[in-house]
Amino acid sequence: MSGKVFGQSVTRNEDPYLLTGKAEFIDDIELPGMLHAAFLRSDYAHARIKSIDVSQALKRPGVVAVYTAADFGDYWRPGPLQVPPPTAIKGSVFHARTLVPIAKDKVRFSGEPLALIIAESRYIAEDAFDDIIVEMEPLDAVVDLEKALEPGAPLVHEDLESNLAAHVVQERGNYEEAAAKADYVIKRRISVDRCAGAAMENRGLLVDWNDRTREMTIWASTQAPIPLRNSIAARLGLFESQVRVITPYIGGGFGPKIMTSQADDVLLPIVAMWLNRPIKWIEDRRENFLATTSERDQLHYAEIAVTKDGIILGVKDMFYHNTGAYDPYGMTVPLNTQTHTVSNYNVPNFKTEVKMVFSNTMVVTPVRGAGRPYGVYVMERLIDYAACELGMDPVEIRRRNLIRSDQYPLPTGIIGQDFVEGVLDSGDYPEELRKAVELIGYEKFIKEEQPRLRAEGKHKGIGVVCFTEGTSVGPYEGARVTVGANGKVNVSTGISTQGQGHFTVYAQIAAEELGVDVRDVNVTTGDTGHFHWGAGTFASRGTGVAGSAIHLAASKVRQKAIKLGSKLLGVPEDQVELCDGKVCVAGDHSRFISLGEMAMKANPTRGTFEQGAEPGLEAVAYFGPPYGSTGAGALAMIVDVDPGSMDVKIEKLAIVHDCGTLVNPMLVEGQILGGLSMGIGNAFYEQLKYDENGQLLTASFMDYLLPQATDMPDEVLLGHVERPSPLNELGMKGVGEAGAIPTPACFAQAVENALADCKLQIAETPLSPSRLFELVKKSTEK
Amino acid sequence: MTKLYTIKVKVNGTEYERSVEPRLLLSDFIRHDLGLSGTHVGCEHGLCGACTVLFDGEPMRSCLIFAVQANGHEVQTVESLGTPEHMHPLQEAFSEKHALQCGFCTPGFLMTLVPFLEKHPDPTEEEIREAIDGNLCRCTGYQNMIGAVQLAAKKMAARQEV
Ligand code: FES
Ligand code: FES
Repeated sequence: MSGKVFGQSVTRNEDPYLLTGKAEFIDDIELPGMLHAAFLRSDYAHARIKSIDVSQALKRPGVVAVYTAADFGDYWRPGPLQVPPPTAIKGSVFHARTLVPIAKDKVRFSGEPLALIIAESRYIAEDAFDDIIVEMEPLDAVVDLEKALEPGAPLVHEDLESNLAAHVVQERGNYEEAAAKADYVIKRRISVDRCAGAAMENRGLLVDWNDRTREMTIWASTQAPIPLRNSIAARLGLFESQVRVITPYIGGGFGPKIMTSQADDVLLPIVAMWLNRPIKWIEDRRENFLATTSERDQLHYAEIAVTKDGIILGVKDMFYHNTGAYDPYGMTVPLNTQTHTVSNYNVPNFKTEVKMVFSNTMVVTPVRGAGRPYGVYVMERLIDYAACELGMDPVEIRRRNLIRSDQYPLPTGIIGQDFVEGVLDSGDYPEELRKAVELIGYEKFIKEEQPRLRAEGKHKGIGVVCFTEGTSVGPYEGARVTVGANGKVNVSTGISTQGQGHFTVYAQIAAEELGVDVRDVNVTTGDTGHFHWGAGTFASRGTGVAGSAIHLAASKVRQKAIKLGSKLLGVPEDQVELCDGKVCVAGDHSRFISLGEMAMKANPTRGTFEQGAEPGLEAVAYFGPPYGSTGAGALAMIVDVDPGSMDVKIEKLAIVHDCGTLVNPMLVEGQILGGLSMGIGNAFYEQLKYDENGQLLTASFMDYLLPQATDMPDEVLLGHVERPSPLNELGMKGVGEAGAIPTPACFAQAVENALADCKLQIAETPLSPSRLFELVKKSTEK
Repeated sequence: MTKLYTIKVKVNGTEYERSVEPRLLLSDFIRHDLGLSGTHVGCEHGLCGACTVLFDGEPMRSCLIFAVQANGHEVQTVESLGTPEHMHPLQEAFSEKHALQCGFCTPGFLMTLVPFLEKHPDPTEEEIREAIDGNLCRCTGYQNMIGAVQLAAKKMAARQEV
């Protein structure tokens, strides 16, 4: 499979290992003498800790040690702020209250760790939960976002005056002036509730400290191996080179695995040093639901100002964002909401204000979509309300306001999660909408099918929405590309992989440049022993940023090979080419040197080193974009609502997407399909529901419904619009979150359309059959 | 320490005799006592299906039964299907149709589908959806699995003809 592989639907290099059970995940690793950790966690969401008595637990056979906050002395301190504060935005307020490794004095969310038990087996560690006596004084919990900011509300962090974690206002143009000129101003209260990342593999950490070499090896299911390594080394006072973080195969990430300051990250390394034995901790599903991180709790007061022709003059959005008990990941999520609220449309006047709120719930950090789905939900809903008010077709009103393909690059005036002004780099939104409308058969459905179905008493509806996806953000990633004496190519990069197909996509990028078989490229991701600079896997940046670094490094190796080849083959450089694992003379492939031989020749022997040369057919390169590239698309769906049970079936779905150049179309489509299933879950099945005491009511797969195979659409149609990004040489943009972003908005529109007779206006997500039943009842009572 | 029980279990054709605590889950026994780590654990409460193995030929969630209950029985895990060099047709089809991403759920799907394909050599799309409805996958959206199972059915039929 050498020759042209870039842009081809190559099957994945990693598949044979994953399919046969050979791929090693973190819980598959067993080390001699290994101990097991378990965390006793708080049931209360908000309570003062009076005392914790672990003496009985220590007597249990098989228990090696039990620790509470007091045992860690000065080592106990809040973790780092993983993302800088939003100081780039004028007038912003931000109070950093980062995660504490284990609760001390008080607990701030249900699931916060109280004690760490180390035992000979996980079974014994969990047995010891019952031996520990914890005395706590419950406090009133802060859960409701508006009540949280009322005077006299209980305080999550008592050293602050209120539960306000941050306040950011951004504006372009002047919304109030625009609203004064508008024919219609439509205002709504819109709410978005929480969902889980719910990767099938929970989190895990395994620490092995070698007391003799004074080196620590950590296996972690992390999306951020390098930041994790750096923060562990810093806390322990070790050099980064003394700590090696290895990510084995990881069973899905979706955001929450980006955290580097959870209890296990901070406590297990030092305990492994104290006990001088390897320690493994594997999160269980309940812990994952309660105490990892989650997303999507916001409340918006939004308005749109339009002319009678449906031209948008302005949008204003004041929203509350729940950050949970701490804010270790800064404002990434609400800033994404701000940048994604109006990004598809020409909205000359836009004001967005966020109040980020502390509450006694699990910490909020990005989950696939990361703030983008709510921005899109709010905007798309506002447009639908406006269309309804004006009696205009929902597709037509969108067409009238979409950014045109000749407007790029388009600065947005809104600062995003990367702390630079967002710039839309490339795209063609009208074309995406046109294609989606065509794929779903919009006109035919509206004009012919729906009237007939309605006459038959059926409730089928259609929805069409647009979205953007800020991707491939900085700061940077790097890669090393090396040709081995075996003639094969090794690629290492700092980001880690959770199933996206990096082992193949990166191999395609390198293989294309170096003229080798894609199966002869070995890719290592997320092992600081192989490559130790970079940021991590987030914001759909793996291909756009790390992929670009790999491309640059491979190009350098190519140059080196050509230079050396020219010397060895005795022909000018422009007559040397790389193909089939060889460096050959152009036009006469019988004259060649194999890459493996070249690799050996590239390592100078005595007396042959030229000053300034770099040995090896090897190169390192880094890539950092000035700002992220923006993918985009349009989604359409036809739903069938059963008015009796309020069950909704998505019959047909069409999505058109632009992620620039497609490196591997099959994998791009896989990303879109996976994102869609999460979006469908977010629209109608999944909800992390907290009660007023901060108790999570849906902490198992019994109550938290992940979409199943029969919940998926009967028919899915995919379309691509390929508008390469000018921000990297290969023109790539990300796609990882695309499917999850527009789905709740599209679902709401389609359901309203199906139930057109009841004047339903949906202003919340997720829905469920019972919630839909209530909403329909309310709207018909009016 | 609780009393240990000696059990004899045939796993992937090999007889194992081991002493286990009565509370040890079959999933933990397979993974940690026998070192067959291809069987994965995603929830430990019987809902994700990642831990599915064949128990006397029928798909079973190994997190829902104890190792002692497997005494005298036969278990097959994903390791029994194929090797990276010689994959089972179902495994080949999963790769060709991109029916896996992180691959964590995949062994559970495979072990659910192997007996299904034996009973339904030419399954319809609806039958396939029903068959995998009890297994959760967060990555793929299931769509490509449908095509993969149909392709596997074809591959298996073709092999039988030869
Ligand atoms: S681990 Fe057994 S069903 Fe989830
Ligand atoms: S492939 Fe990741 S959960 Fe199914």
